[in-house]
Amino acid sequence: MTHFPDIVSHAVLLPEDDVDTDQIIPARFLKVVDKRGLGEALFADWRYRRDGTPDPEFALNRPQAQGAQILLAGRNFGCGSSREHAAWALRGWGLRAVIAPSFADIFRGNALKNGLLPVQIQDEDHQRLVALVQREPAARFTVDLTAQLLVPPAGDPLPFPIDPFSKRCLLEGMDPLTYLLSLEPRIQQYEARHEHTQSA
Amino acid sequence: MGHTMAEKILATKCGRPEVFPGEFINARVDLVLASELSGVVAIEEFEKIRGARVFDPDKVVLVMDHFTPNKDIKSAEIVKRCKEFARKHGVRFYDVGRAGIQHILLPEKGLVSPGDLIAGADSHTCTYGFLAAFGTGIGSTDAAAAMALGEMWLKVPETVLIEYHGAPPPWVGGKDIILRTIGELGVDGARYQAMEMTGDALQHLSMADRFSMANMAIEAGAKTGLIPADEKTEAFLAARGARPGFVCRSDPDAEFAARYEFDISQFEPYIAVPYLPENVKPVSELAGLEIDQVVIGMCTNGNLEDLRAAASLLKGRKVHPRVRAIIIPGSQQVYLDALREGLLEIFIEADCAVSTPTCGPCLGGHMGVLAAGERCVSTSNRNFRGRMGHPTSEVYLANPYVAAASAIAGAIASPVDVLQGAEAL
Repeated sequence: MTHFPDIVSHAVLLPEDDVDTDQIIPARFLKVVDKRGLGEALFADWRYRRDGTPDPEFALNRPQAQGAQILLAGRNFGCGSSREHAAWALRGWGLRAVIAPSFADIFRGNALKNGLLPVQIQDEDHQRLVALVQREPAARFTVDLTAQLLVPPAGDPLPFPIDPFSKRCLLEGMDPLTYLLSLEPRIQQYEARHEHTQSA
Repeated sequence: MGHTMAEKILATKCGRPEVFPGEFINARVDLVLASELSGVVAIEEFEKIRGARVFDPDKVVLVMDHFTPNKDIKSAEIVKRCKEFARKHGVRFYDVGRAGIQHILLPEKGLVSPGDLIAGADSHTCTYGFLAAFGTGIGSTDAAAAMALGEMWLKVPETVLIEYHGAPPPWVGGKDIILRTIGELGVDGARYQAMEMTGDALQHLSMADRFSMANMAIEAGAKTGLIPADEKTEAFLAARGARPGFVCRSDPDAEFAARYEFDISQFEPYIAVPYLPENVKPVSELAGLEIDQVVIGMCTNGNLEDLRAAASLLKGRKVHPRVRAIIIPGSQQVYLDALREGLLEIFIEADCAVSTPTCGPCLGGHMGVLAAGERCVSTSNRNFRGRMGHPTSEVYLANPYVAAASAIAGAIASPVDVLQGAEAL
């Protein structure tokens, strides 16, 4: 996993509430053994027409969406299935942060372990940002994880919550497993001592 | 201040006298569970830990149930990988012929007891609350960590208390109770919270009813759905050789984030219309809406009691010519019991297809995928857009009586319509 620098980006707008993980990545794409390569399948049923060509009307396909690292989503984003593939697909497309008034529990946990930052903001701030991006699709936001602040192009920075362990893992580019692996020298030290104790 | 069931269970799992909502804890898990789809990635992650061993092979369970019997080469490769891992590490492994849908299978094998903490890489792990166990859904990375450590890191949830009173009217079961509840709470009404479902109505509800209720707690966004254990729970556990477990109840002075009360004697059969489980309406409001397919079983209503309910209406009747009806028993044992009771004969004579246990159609995998514009009444738990197939197909969630009645009528129907011979259209 890569480190988590400040994100400075415009945002793709997808403000529907209760977007479930079946929409984010339909089940037929779950037959993978690793986390890479799911970006093409992100929102597959919304993104492509029946002949397989991209639907130019869908938010992710619009020219102004290209290169965006931020998704401005609606309430309860990521509800439904626990498939971690949803977080991988969003990352695979190039997204680093999702801004929403709330996130489904399991999705939020999965996102945090995959370098995708859930940025939870108040309803009224969310409405304001949605209106802003509708008016100015190129509006740039800064997400400062260290300070836990979302900085819109105008107005006050908006604080967002994150637990200290997840924050540390993101900043250092670790998931819980790489965190464990980083402790290996200490585990070996302990094991060595333990061996000594047993033989004594 | 008293504590809720959820808090009491989690306190025992982190070895503390008490825990409070909002606290982060490292909790010992009693089981780590994954399907082939979530499991295969967990395995890849797990194998990155040099020389890693699972914390306890008896407490790691892989159930091949989502796209099984393997629907294509990719699915087969995934199951093969899981099987190799299971053999290498000696974990519990259930494949076709010895398996079933994980949430029906594990309680049946006596692997779940009250007070257990179960971390499952499947969102419907909340089902184990029907046995007063704290089951919760996690992702594949978390499952890998739990397999290695035997621990999970979680925030102690607040609890929403839902009290049910009265006895259910005819044709109303656990499915209707949970649908109505989700209709009231909304799909994020219990987000990050434990849903505790209790009240005098429980004495009238079978273990299968309770199963359906806890199964769908996630559809209100809940971390888990808990139903306190009683003598029916004890009998269920004893019959399956399960440990008695740690039985607890919420204290009278426990603090709840919210309380709801329902008089279920006023309930009627409900149906959740596309595209969210919270879009709940009385079946009577939708009667006559033509359908193309019915699926009865899978996890939410895949217990023997559910199949009996469906068979009670299908006996001596025929599925409407317009409709495909697919019956999916939840496990090999349910299948065998249904066979011995003569239920499968009833289904086949009624023109239903009877499938081996699988999650298949519920998530648009196989064994009943829908074409564009097709409409299905299903006893499963999700009716999201495209969930069962084409993005324009529609899934209506209902109990097994309503699903069977609709199969016979060729349109959404209540059991009473069928019994009165008013076969619509």
